[in-house]
Amino acid sequence: MNRFLLPLSIFVVVVGFLGIGLTLNPREIPSPLVGKAVPDFSQPQLYDREKVLSPADLKGKVWLLNFWASWCNGCKTEHPVLMELAKSGEVPIYGMDYKDQQDEAMAWLRRWGNPYPIVGVDEAGRVGINFGVYGVPETYVIDKQGVIRYKQIGPLDPDTVAKKIIPLVKQLESQ
Amino acid sequence: MIPEIGHFALILALCVALVQGSLPIYGAAVGNSALMSVAKPAARTQFLLVLTAFGCLAYAFADKDFSVLYVAATSNSQLPLHYRLAAIWGAHEGSLLLWTFILTIWMFAVTLFSAHLPEATRSRILGVMGLVSVGFLLFMLSVSNPFERLIPAAPDGRDLNPLLQDPGMVIHPPMLYMGYVGFSVAFAFAIAALLGGNLDAAWARWSRPWTTVAWCFLTIGIAMGSGWAYYELGWGGWWFWDPVENASFMPWLAGTALVHSLAVTDKRGGFKVWTVLLAIMAFSLSLLGTFLVRSGVLTSVHAFATDPKRGLFILVFLAIVIGGSLALYAWRAPKVGLGGSFAMLSREGMLLANNVLLVAAMGSVLLGTLYPLFLDALDLGKISVGPPYFDSVFVPLMVPAIFLMGIGPLAQWKKASVPDLAKRLKWAFGVSLVSALTLPIVLGSWTPLLSLGLLLAIWIVTTSAVGLRERLAHVNGNSLVERLASVPRSYWGMLVAHCGIAVFIVGVTMVKGFESEKDVRMNVGETASIGDYTFRFDGAQDVVGPNYTAARGAFHVSRDGRETTVLYPEKRRYPVQNQVMTEAAIDPGLLRDLYVSLGEPLDDGAWSVRLYHKPFIDWIWGGCFIMALGGALAISDRRYRLAWRKQEPAVPVPTRAARRKVA
Repeated sequence: MNRFLLPLSIFVVVVGFLGIGLTLNPREIPSPLVGKAVPDFSQPQLYDREKVLSPADLKGKVWLLNFWASWCNGCKTEHPVLMELAKSGEVPIYGMDYKDQQDEAMAWLRRWGNPYPIVGVDEAGRVGINFGVYGVPETYVIDKQGVIRYKQIGPLDPDTVAKKIIPLVKQLESQ
Repeated sequence: MIPEIGHFALILALCVALVQGSLPIYGAAVGNSALMSVAKPAARTQFLLVLTAFGCLAYAFADKDFSVLYVAATSNSQLPLHYRLAAIWGAHEGSLLLWTFILTIWMFAVTLFSAHLPEATRSRILGVMGLVSVGFLLFMLSVSNPFERLIPAAPDGRDLNPLLQDPGMVIHPPMLYMGYVGFSVAFAFAIAALLGGNLDAAWARWSRPWTTVAWCFLTIGIAMGSGWAYYELGWGGWWFWDPVENASFMPWLAGTALVHSLAVTDKRGGFKVWTVLLAIMAFSLSLLGTFLVRSGVLTSVHAFATDPKRGLFILVFLAIVIGGSLALYAWRAPKVGLGGSFAMLSREGMLLANNVLLVAAMGSVLLGTLYPLFLDALDLGKISVGPPYFDSVFVPLMVPAIFLMGIGPLAQWKKASVPDLAKRLKWAFGVSLVSALTLPIVLGSWTPLLSLGLLLAIWIVTTSAVGLRERLAHVNGNSLVERLASVPRSYWGMLVAHCGIAVFIVGVTMVKGFESEKDVRMNVGETASIGDYTFRFDGAQDVVGPNYTAARGAFHVSRDGRETTVLYPEKRRYPVQNQVMTEAAIDPGLLRDLYVSLGEPLDDGAWSVRLYHKPFIDWIWGGCFIMALGGALAISDRRYRLAWRKQEPAVPVPTRAARRKVA
C-alpha cells in the first residue's frame, strides 16, 4: 500500500468510530442493580409523616420509583413527561424526595402538579446510597417480584417512555 | 439592537470568508494576481467583522442583556463584571466565537508579517485560513448562534458555572485557543506548500516562528488549565488524563514534534514530508479536540452541554478539513522528494527518533482517549481508561526521548561518532547518575522512580551546560559576558525550553515521591500535622460574597512552634445554580505548597478537612512557563527580526502596483 495513504486511512477509521460514537450515549451506565431485588427501605411519606413508603407494600405490582428533588433542574425538565405518564394510567410512579426540604418539596408539587400516588422522603440520602443514585432525577422500573428491571439516569424523555418504559411495563405486567 | 448587529456582522464575515477561501486560492492556481490580491483586504475585513461581533456579545454581557439566550444562560445580574466578560467563553456558543475571533486575529497577523512571502504563497495561506473560518462561521450561524434572542427576556440569568468563576478561567481559554488556533497558521503554510508544490527550506523558515508562538501559547494554556484544576477542584491533583485535558495535550505533543522537525527542514532541508504531515496533524488534533469537547461522545469532568446536531456538524467539518488535507498529502507528498541523507547516529537521526517517540506518545494518548468509544461502538462493553494506562504507557516513551534530548543538541549534523559523544558527555552522565542515586537517600526515601526522575532532570541540565560551554568556546568575544551575549537567542531559547522540561520533571518526581495527604475530622482548636507542619483549626465562620455565601475556615499553620501562615479555605454555595464549591486555601512556596480544603460540616462546629503537603509542585507549572519562555527567546532571534526588517521596504508600493498592471 502507498505509505502516503496511511494517515488518511487511519483517519477514515477514526471518523467511522466517531460517527458511531455520536449515536451512543456515554452517560448510559448499566446499573449493577438491574436484575437484582430492589434495596429495601421504609421511609416516611411526604404528605403524612406517620405513614411509610416501602417496597414490601408494592409486591405484586409493576411500579416506577422516581428520585427527584425540588432543587433539581433536570427534574423540572422531566416533570411534564411524568405528569403525562401518570395521566395515561399505564403504571404508577412512586416518588422519592431526595435530600430536600419538606415545605419546598410540597410547594414544588403544588406548583407543577403531583404525578405520584405516594411520595417517600429520603432526607439524609440513605436510600439513594443503597440505590447507587448518581444524581437526580433517576428512575427505576420494578417488577411484580420486586426486581429492578431498568434504570434511567437523568431525565426521562417522551421517546424513552414510549419506546422503552411502556413496552417493558406491558411485558412485565403480562408475566 | 446590539445583538442583531453582532449577528449581522457574523453573516457578513461568512460572506467575506467565502470570498477569501476561494478567489485567492484560484488566483494562485492560475497566476492571476488581481484575484490573489483579494486575500489581504478580505482577511482584514473579516477580522474587523468578527471583532465587531465579539464586541457586541461582550456588550450584551456587560449590559446584562438577558433577552439574549446565551447571556441569560451563562451569567447573572449578581455576577461581577470580569466574570461576566469571561462568561463570553463560559459555554459552547461563545467559545466558538472566541475560536473564530482568534482565528481572525492570526489571519490579521499573517497579513501584517507576510510582506516577505511570495504573493501566491500568501494568498494560499490566507485562503486556507479563510476556508477554516467558513466552517466555524457556518457552525455558529446554523446551530450555535450566540446572539439568539430569548423573548420574553429572562428576569435574571442562570449564572456562570461556579467552577468557572475563577481568575484562571478568565485567561486560560484564550491562551489555550491562541495555541490551538495558532497551529492553523502552520497548517495553512503546509497546505499552501502542498498546493504550490514548493516545499523548500524557505517554507520551513517562514513556518517556524508561527509554530513556535502557537506552541508557547498552548504550553501556557495547558499549564494554566492544570493549575486551575489543582486549586479549584479541591482534589489536590494537577493532571487527570481526562479526555478534555488529553484533547489539549495531543496537539501539544504533535506541535512539539513539529517545532523540532521544522528545525531540521529549515537547517538541512530534510524531513519535508514528515514536517508537512506533522503540521497537518497538529491542527487536526486541535480540531479533533474541539469535536471531543463539544460533541459529548466522551464523558468528562468538563460537563459541557451537548447536542447531537452539533456533534454531526463538527464531524462532517472534521472529515472535510482533515480528510481533504490528508488526501492532498497522499497525492502531493510523494513528489516532494527526500532531503539530504544522514546517518542514523546524527543530529537528524536523534531528532527523528525524538519525533517518532513524541508521535507515539501522542498516538497512545489518542488511543487511550478513544478506546472507551471504540469498545462501546463495537458493543464490547463500557470501560473507562484512567491514569494507570496513561502513566504506564507514557513514562517508558518519554524516558528515551528525554535521554536523547540531552545528546541531540551536541551531536553533529549528518554523522556523529559514538566515541566523540561519549567523551564529551561522560562528565554529564557521571554527575547525573551519582546525584540521582544519592539525592533521594539524602532526602530520606529511595525509590527507583524517584531516582529515574532526578536522573532525567539532572541529565538535561548537565548536558545543556556542556553544550553551552562548547558553544562559548566557539563564539567571538573577550569577556565571558561578551561571549554569552553573542550566543544566538535561538540557542538560548532551546536551552531554556529544555531546562523547563527538567524543572517540570523535578516537580512531578518530587510531588509523586514525597507528597502526603490527610483526611481528618477537626474540632475547633484541634490540631493535625502533615509534613513538618502543624495545622490548628480555629473554626468556620459564615461570610457573604458577591454572588455566593460561604463557610470560611481558619487554619493556623506552624512549623517548629513558629507560625508560618493562616489559611482560609471556603465552602461556597452559589444559590442561583444551587451548587456547592470547595475553594481550597493554598500557601504556595518554591519548595512546597500547603493545601487545605474543607470537606463536610460535622456536628458541633467540627469539619472533615483534607490537608496536603505538596513538595515542589509549583515547579510543574514553573517548568511549563520556562518552556514557553524558551520559545519566546527563540523567536526573538536576530534572524527573524532581520528577515522582517530587510523584507518590508524591499517591496515598495509602486513596484507592487506596477507588477499588478503587468499581470
